[in-house]
Amino acid sequence: MAIFLTKDSKVIVQGMTGATGMKHTKLMLGDGTNIVGGVNPRKAGTSVDFDGTEVPVFGSVKEAMEKTGANVSVLFVPPAFAKAAVVEAIDAEIPLAVVITEGIAVHDSAAFYAYAKSKGDTTRIIGPNCPGLITPGQSNAGIIPGDITKPGRIGLVSKSGTLTYQMMYELRDIGFSSAVGIGGDPVIGTTHIDALAAFQEDPDTDLIVMIGEIGGDAEERAADFIKEHVTKPVVGYVAGFTAPEGKTMGHAGAIVSGSSGTAQAKKEALEAAGVKVGKTPSETALLAREILNG
Amino acid sequence: MDLFEYQARDLFAKHGVPVLAGEVIDTPEAARAATERLGGKSVVKAQVKVGGRGKAGGVKLATTPDEAVARATDILGMDIKGHTVHKVMIAETAPEIVDEYYVSYLLDRTNRTFLAMASVAGGMDIEEVAATTPEKLAKVPVDANEGVSIEKAREIVAQAKFPAEVAEQVAEVLVTLWQTFVKEDALLVEVNPLAKVASGDVLALDGKVSLDANAEFRQPEHEALEDKAAANPLEAAAKAKGLNYVKLDGQVGIIGNGAGLVMSTLDVVAYAGENHGGVKPANFLDIGGGASAEVMANGLEIILGDPDVKSVFVNVFGGITACDEVANGIVQALELLKSKGENVSKPLVVRLDGNNAELGRKILSDANHPLVQRVDTMDGAADKAAELAAAK
Repeated sequence: MAIFLTKDSKVIVQGMTGATGMKHTKLMLGDGTNIVGGVNPRKAGTSVDFDGTEVPVFGSVKEAMEKTGANVSVLFVPPAFAKAAVVEAIDAEIPLAVVITEGIAVHDSAAFYAYAKSKGDTTRIIGPNCPGLITPGQSNAGIIPGDITKPGRIGLVSKSGTLTYQMMYELRDIGFSSAVGIGGDPVIGTTHIDALAAFQEDPDTDLIVMIGEIGGDAEERAADFIKEHVTKPVVGYVAGFTAPEGKTMGHAGAIVSGSSGTAQAKKEALEAAGVKVGKTPSETALLAREILNG
Repeated sequence: MDLFEYQARDLFAKHGVPVLAGEVIDTPEAARAATERLGGKSVVKAQVKVGGRGKAGGVKLATTPDEAVARATDILGMDIKGHTVHKVMIAETAPEIVDEYYVSYLLDRTNRTFLAMASVAGGMDIEEVAATTPEKLAKVPVDANEGVSIEKAREIVAQAKFPAEVAEQVAEVLVTLWQTFVKEDALLVEVNPLAKVASGDVLALDGKVSLDANAEFRQPEHEALEDKAAANPLEAAAKAKGLNYVKLDGQVGIIGNGAGLVMSTLDVVAYAGENHGGVKPANFLDIGGGASAEVMANGLEIILGDPDVKSVFVNVFGGITACDEVANGIVQALELLKSKGENVSKPLVVRLDGNNAELGRKILSDANHPLVQRVDTMDGAADKAAELAAAK
């Protein structure tokens, strides 16, 4: 099982022929991802050789889907063109679009999110500004290193890329069902709540690790959702306890404004929902371990 | 990026939001000519990016050019909630104000949509209105793709219960304000107060605009709006090198890869500091996924140039980037800085984990640099860096 991505997922890459797209397509193939095509209207009809695997290039997402049955697109399109690329994926009604691109203007991400909604949410968007998601041993859609850990029974959802890697590494001996990096931008397509709901339903997930960071109220709302709907154990971590008010910490969404968005408020909300919250990544891993070991 | 009032005024004017005349000056004497151009009377307004300047004495009426010079002399250099006034706006005096309203557009992160907010209770802190009389603040979602037409604007006006005699004018302001919001790639545009004056006109008398840094690629004019004078010199130097750096007030310099991991590193160092005389992180610096020798050298140069820094903690998790590359980067960076004549004398604690960590650690051990210590866990390395900072 796993969530959103399995060995049966047929993946295309928008922006495959750029430097970043080429590098990560190769890595994703190495992790066993079934990559069935790339999209670039200027190179349609050609193909790219990745160590002996020929990946065809199509003129559009629609064409790639018609010819290959693709159901996941990973986007490495530069910020200036990202909105058009996501809109194209939505128009083609691909079920999952994973937007890796960092630095997309908020007016663009708000527009493509609203567009996906107006089309009845036939396309789930993950990101933007995220590392994508991985189902170890099955498929990798994005830039999460495939060799940190093995398949297992922990589900992970995180706003931050490197903290995702760190947590997978801390718990590498136990392994993960799926790990989803949802991104740190102010507007993201898939939230903590969406991933929590999917992990709750996933028979291969026994415990959920949720990583948040300062800014917004997504963690507080996730806490409310956990209280109502999640029966599996959840362990949490929140980054940014010492971040000062009014300073953006790297992610466009990571800013404490006034009394809202603080790490302390998020931690308290999660604890009130029965989530065990670690003070550091290593303590969080320890909490997860204790629960799994009974 | 938050703008000054005069910059917001200029953007409002550019997109047709009705504003009063005004110009910005930075010397008292310039207030004379500016006031003469306005017919001999003006309002002298401190330009600071903080609320409450009126109460602090930062807004004064001048009935003659001489008086404007005197008021500008008082206000320039004034401290308002920790912000020094470097500029004042010499603004046209407002006609008699009959009523004060509030309008804004912003991103509603929770619902992932844009939001129009409007109230007939303007002129005061809108957060207070929202808290004490929420029924007086209309919040209307705006679809990013549909925007605000005159019909949508009338809907917002109706929900906020504006009086009939100003309804159409306020709706027109809402349309032009939406143009400002979209065409400038703003994250917030706010007019407070939007005033009804004795003539019956509706005017934006004060406003706030915050712009999206991610949109700079299509907003070439926005760079000129940056307040370079106020930027911390280290932050300015880091920005020039394309580094994501925020100066903080502690003693342990921090370099890491990935925003979340660096935020987490700040926390872990602050916790460790509790056992070492209360030392704290000196900065946030995310060198991103790449972490080449050059980027590492640039980062180290900024951090070692901070006189507050007593020790440095380099915390890297090798994801796609291999730790051996990062280790080589650190060694090369130290050589590079030495060859540039920089005095590198602060101890570095390095923690490498993840992709090729063993190789990376070996490179550091082999280099045997007298200032570099390897600690292989994040918590242990944070403790060591805090200890070294406290010992200095």
